Parts: sequence; C-alpha cells; structure tokens
Amino acid sequence: MTASSPPTGPVVPVCDEDTLPFYEATRRGELRIQRCRDTGRWIFPPRPLSPFGTHQEPEWAEVSGRGTIWSYVVPHPPLLPAFAEIAPFNVILVALDEDPTIRLTGNLVAREGGALNEVDPATIEIGAAVRVVFDAIDDEWTLPRWVLA
Amino acid sequence: MLKDQTAVVGIAETEFSKSLGPSEKSLACRVILEALDDAGIDPSEVDGLSSYTMETTDAVDVAKTIGAGDVHYFGQIGYGGGAGPGCVGHLAMAVATGQCQVGVAWRSRKRGSGVRPWASAMYAQPTAAAAFTRPYGLPRPADEIAMLTRRYMHQYGATREHLCNVATAVRKMANNNPKAIMYERTMSRDDYMNARWISEPLCLFDNCLETDGALACVIVSAERARDCKQPAALIHSFGQGLPSQSHTMTNYWCEDPLRGPSYACADQLYRNSDIRAEDLSCAQLYDAFSPLIILSLEGYGFCKRGEGAAYTEDGAIELGGRLPVNTSGGGLSEAYVHGFNLINEGVRQIRGTSCNQVPDCESTLVTAGEGVPTSALILRKAS
Repeated sequence: MTASSPPTGPVVPVCDEDTLPFYEATRRGELRIQRCRDTGRWIFPPRPLSPFGTHQEPEWAEVSGRGTIWSYVVPHPPLLPAFAEIAPFNVILVALDEDPTIRLTGNLVAREGGALNEVDPATIEIGAAVRVVFDAIDDEWTLPRWVLA
Repeated sequence: MLKDQTAVVGIAETEFSKSLGPSEKSLACRVILEALDDAGIDPSEVDGLSSYTMETTDAVDVAKTIGAGDVHYFGQIGYGGGAGPGCVGHLAMAVATGQCQVGVAWRSRKRGSGVRPWASAMYAQPTAAAAFTRPYGLPRPADEIAMLTRRYMHQYGATREHLCNVATAVRKMANNNPKAIMYERTMSRDDYMNARWISEPLCLFDNCLETDGALACVIVSAERARDCKQPAALIHSFGQGLPSQSHTMTNYWCEDPLRGPSYACADQLYRNSDIRAEDLSCAQLYDAFSPLIILSLEGYGFCKRGEGAAYTEDGAIELGGRLPVNTSGGGLSEAYVHGFNLINEGVRQIRGTSCNQVPDCESTLVTAGEGVPTSALILRKAS
C-alpha cells in the first residue's frame, strides 16, 4: 500500500495491548469495557492504568449491551472504497446504560447481520434505545452493531 | 508573566493555490526569509524555531537553509490544527525567559495537491482509539466533527441556517481578499443549502479548503520590537488547553463533549489577560469546519454555552457586526494551512493593514482548533 492508493477491503481495527481485549471479547459475543478496580467507574477508551482511585490496572467487565443513541452522522463520498460502496450509511454513538458518558461508536442496523445502509437515516432518533448485536466482518474481527431495542 | 513582553514583528505567506510548484521545504524556507525581511531582521540572528509535529520541514532543514546561527530553542506542537498559536506562544515564552532572542514559527503544507491524510492514515490508525471509530465508518475529521455538530443541534436547537450564517460570513470576508482562494467566488444562502453532503449534517461549504501554501511569523521581545520595520503586534496573552479526559477529534469520551478544549484554553488565556472577550475588536477562530466557530464563540466567552449558533444571527460575525470573525476568509474561504493564516491576519488587524480592516482595532483573538488539544493568543497594539 502506498500513500497515493487508498486501501480496499474492510477496515479492521488496529489494536495495541490496551485495546485488544475489547475485540477478543466481541469475538466471543461479549461487550466488555474497562472498569476501575477501586471505584467501580467505567473507563473508555482503554488505557493501561485507571485514572481513578489508586491507579490500578483496570478489569474488563461485561456490560448489558443496552444504551441510547447520543448522536449520529451520515457520511457521503469521498470515502475509502469499502465505505464509498455503501454510502450513504449511518454511524451512531451509543451512550451505555451502565454509564451514559461511555459512548461507543457503532452502526444502527435493521437486524443482526444487516447492512450499514439498510436503515433510513431519516428514521434515526437521538435518544432511541438500542441493544448490541455482533457482526463478524472476517475470520478475526467481530464488530458490535446496534439494533433498536 | 508573559503579558506584553514579546511581539510578532514579521509575517509572510506564499500565494495560496490548489497546486504550487515548489516543495513544502522550499516554500517554508522562502516564506521564513520573507517574514524576517518584513521584520528587518537578518536570518543569522534566528535562534528559536517552532512548528507543528505534522510539519515536514523540520528545524534542521530550516536552520541550515536560511543560514541561522546557533539555535537555542526548537520544539514542535502536536494535534494538527490545535498547534498554530501554540508555536507562537512557546516562542514567546522562550524569548521572554531569555532562552532565545529571535523566534520563527511556520507551517508549509501542500494539502491541495497532496494526499488526503485520512485516505492513507486509515489503515495505519495512528491512535489506539481509532480502533473504536474507523472500522465503523468514521474515517475523516469531517465525520468526527459532524457527530458533535448533530448533538449540538439537537441539544440547543441550532439549525443549518446557523452553519450557513458562518459559512457565508467568512466567504464575504474572502470576497474582499485578493489572496483568498475564494476571492472571486461569492456564495448565496441557496448555494449553501443546495451543496452536496460530506457528512450529514455537514455539507461541502461547512468544510475548509484544500490548499497549497506556507506562512511564517517572527517573534522578538517587546523591547526589540520597537526597532523593527513594522508596528509590533504585542502578544498579550497565550493559552493552551488539554482538558481532563479529553480526546483528539473524537472528543466524545469525556463527561461533557460539548464543553470542548476551548473552555480550558480560554480559562488560561483570560486569567493572564487585561483584555476580556467583550473588549476584543475581532476574532480569528479556527475554522476547519463551520461549527467549530460556533463552539469557539462559546468557549472563548463571547456568549453563553448553547448560544453560539444564535450569536451568528443578524450579521454579528460579519464586518460591521459586533464581532467580525476570520477577516481574511479563514480556512473556509481564504486558505487552509492548518490555521496559520489566522495568525498572520490577526497581526494585520493590529497593524491596520487587513483587507477587511476593523476600524480602531486594538486587540484580536487568534485560536487553534476546537475538538483537539488547542491553543490561543490575544494580540494587541503597542501603546
């Protein structure tokens, strides 16, 4: 790949040791978020130590997978080929029920396995309740998506 | 205290274009030499250098090409469009503390003819947190800021009419600036409303230009400034802001995403300033995207939180309004060189040489990007 030729194919996460556990969990069908061992506060995005309490290494705790739509966008080209093919589509931010200041980027789909451009953007509402579904985009990576709860 | 101890005494810029011939390095060195000439300072006197971490022409390249002597302060500021006033401010601190005598800040970028960063950086995902946005289709800065904009509109009842107020006000400034990319291209409200989407709710004209260009400025002590060729633009105050638990661009992972880095930066800026928001004659607000101006109006205290959109009504940010904004046309309509043109325009307003000169301009604000760790300057006339 050179700088002048945009990459093709699905865009997969590039993880380090802090972020990989999130995607190891999604591959198992679990949504896990870091949590402070001292204070119980949720932490996102992942980091090596908790900013709270005595700065312990956070634990990875499972969340309910329920939340509400905090905001959304509808990207149009120019985009990388993988996204240009399906544009316009939606990207949403989901505020988790466990802590609404934890906001996960995702996509609203009509059903489990549904495409990112299947939901009419005009029907997306901030504040709508959603629940997580999992979408294996290749053999290695599973992304959380969201359906209306 | 930094207050009024240093000044910007030289500025220069290349022409702005979709495609310039010389390399970024050549443009950087030429424009630095012109800025020194504007100040009346010999290049051999330069002993302080500061630019952006994204700048490709580094301190060594500059020093050896312009013929600088021994350089005693050199540094770079990160976070893209958050850096500009930071480069000037760091040089001001270095000059004020005696670490160097003649500082030069610059930015040279061929963003018009070069590659779009998001198109090549996407797989690289330069921050670990990008693993939580880019695979979901949030690749570009426009998408990241559109997300905040949608929430802002929902929370405060702002509409596209307000974004249009910003885009058309800044365009009108460019229509008076022969150097501006959009000098000859007027834009009506219909033009704005009918433009194609980039990332809803942002359309084409909410996005900055893609420009080739380079700019530089020269910083010395206020005392030295009295001997320079041009009237001094005193650096009255300088601030940086990286708020608690903030993130760069995708600043959604904090308690209150609509209270952005501008607030933290403004706290510092005004704490050390005799000049308040209501005293400023005009403002140069970083505008990679039109909603950033609305957020910055709030963050820098021109109005209360949630009132930034309404502030743009009735021509308030146009020439003759209560706060003319981006008087050379900004990133939206003059040139997008990571906001450095806002610094030079701030200096011109203090000199009285802007093509949209605000009468009796005593002071102006220059800000860097909202939504990233940011920086800002208050410039004022010497008394």
